[in-house]
Amino acid sequence: MTNSENNSVQPDGGTYSGVWSPPSIYYNKYTKWVIYSLIILFSIWSILDLQISLDRFITGLGAGSQLLSEMLPPAATSRQVDLIISGVIESFAMANVSTVVGILISIPVAFMASENLAPKPIYSFGRGVISISRAFHELVIAIIAVVALGFGPLAGVVALVFNTVGFYAKLLAEEIEDMDEGQVEAVRAAGASPTQVLIYGVIPQVIPRIVGLSVYRWDINIRKSTIVGIVGAGGIGITLLNAFNRYDYDFGITILLVIVAIVMIGESVSAFVRGRVS
Amino acid sequence: MLEISNLSKTYPGGDEALKGVSTTISGNEIVAMIGPSGAGKSTFVRCINRLTEPTSGTVTLDDIDITSLSKKELRTARRDIGMVFQEYNLIERLTVMENVLSGRLGYVSNLAAFRRKFPEDDVRQARQTLDRVGLLKHESDRVDELSGGQRQRVGIARAILQNPKIILADEPTSSLDPETSGNVLNLLTEIAVDEDIPVLINIHELDLALEYADRLIGLNSGEVVFRGPPSDFDESVEGTIYRGEEPGRVTDPNGQDTDTTTQVSTNIEK
Repeated sequence: MTNSENNSVQPDGGTYSGVWSPPSIYYNKYTKWVIYSLIILFSIWSILDLQISLDRFITGLGAGSQLLSEMLPPAATSRQVDLIISGVIESFAMANVSTVVGILISIPVAFMASENLAPKPIYSFGRGVISISRAFHELVIAIIAVVALGFGPLAGVVALVFNTVGFYAKLLAEEIEDMDEGQVEAVRAAGASPTQVLIYGVIPQVIPRIVGLSVYRWDINIRKSTIVGIVGAGGIGITLLNAFNRYDYDFGITILLVIVAIVMIGESVSAFVRGRVS
Repeated sequence: MLEISNLSKTYPGGDEALKGVSTTISGNEIVAMIGPSGAGKSTFVRCINRLTEPTSGTVTLDDIDITSLSKKELRTARRDIGMVFQEYNLIERLTVMENVLSGRLGYVSNLAAFRRKFPEDDVRQARQTLDRVGLLKHESDRVDELSGGQRQRVGIARAILQNPKIILADEPTSSLDPETSGNVLNLLTEIAVDEDIPVLINIHELDLALEYADRLIGLNSGEVVFRGPPSDFDESVEGTIYRGEEPGRVTDPNGQDTDTTTQVSTNIEK
């Protein structure tokens, strides 16, 4: 009692107010409710606009259970098994090639896109390359590459390399910008050339990140290499699309299970290696 | 011999860190630059090898005007200037040996640097230097495994490996405990004698400066306010350097005494 009485009296004799509310990002509570109402109205409008009715949803569920029953159990003839094997090998090879080529392009781009290393014009160029690469989904690039280069894995590799650069160079550039300038300065103070400063002062600081990102990107590319085939850019994706187009649902589900398996293997290898690096 | 004449530095924000500082450092003397935080000590040391570009003034090392050199010539000149840093600035992920050998980078090709392929003479000298600083058995350890004192000794070994004409030490003891600080300064003093090169130490621990330096330069707000041997240092000088008082204005000996003690202990704590 005494304690709270003491606390509630200000030095000048007044009392402290006990009312407190957490700070809000809204100007006041009316704004807050207006914004919430708008979000709800917008969602309702979207559903109406797409004409998703309960009936439509129930019909959809029926078709879904029909599909599921035709998918199970998974099955594949020996010719289909051969198709899966060659498709998976092609996807895997595409992932490996595009990871290696993508990284070889990404590392110089990352150095160019590091504000603390590159002069302003080069920095802008590096950031531009990254932005363009990140602006497009790999399927968009794959469609363009298929038209430009023809069907097959080459188009897929081009799409994945393009996509790798934006991801890898951006994250590596951020790591380079976060490095300890002191270490670089010490190398510079010993009279090292700019290249030696990179070799001795910068790369040792970012090498764990380079390894970690490479394995991570390899695992992402494995996943993506299974999908670019849908637009004709090589890999297991085209086999999957054909299976569905021919209503071969039990074969389709087999391919899906194989894709899940290789993606999981890729992810666990990547997680293991990244764990070892850090 | 290092001759610095009228060195000034104004930072882009308009902050005048150095206002025309001149001095000459030669032989194998230990020169300690003292002064309060923000006096321009670090800027001064960093302007010598142009890690910070001075605004005006000249720095001449054995008749080479460092301030007028091109980037390429500057790299050659920097080989002759060893530097020891407050935060050691070692390459954390590399081994002790690689760090010490980085003192030779100015003499090897890019490819050799990439392959860590240094001449045998360099490796031999690196081992000898590591033995001297007491770290020979740590040659293959990564430096991030070492203690602060050990790291600073690696930093000193790296500077020695440059076979420099002068060593600059920018707050070499600020990150260390008092005992380790003493060891590091002992080492720097020995090196000055053995290698017959001068050492310029920028230091804020006044007691260490008085103990180890042959000569003091007191800096306040970018200007030299005191020059002389430690024996000339007294309370009035301290007032001039650390509180910007006019020399000889000590009026109240008792009050001054208390002040001085506080000042010294604050400096040690930092």
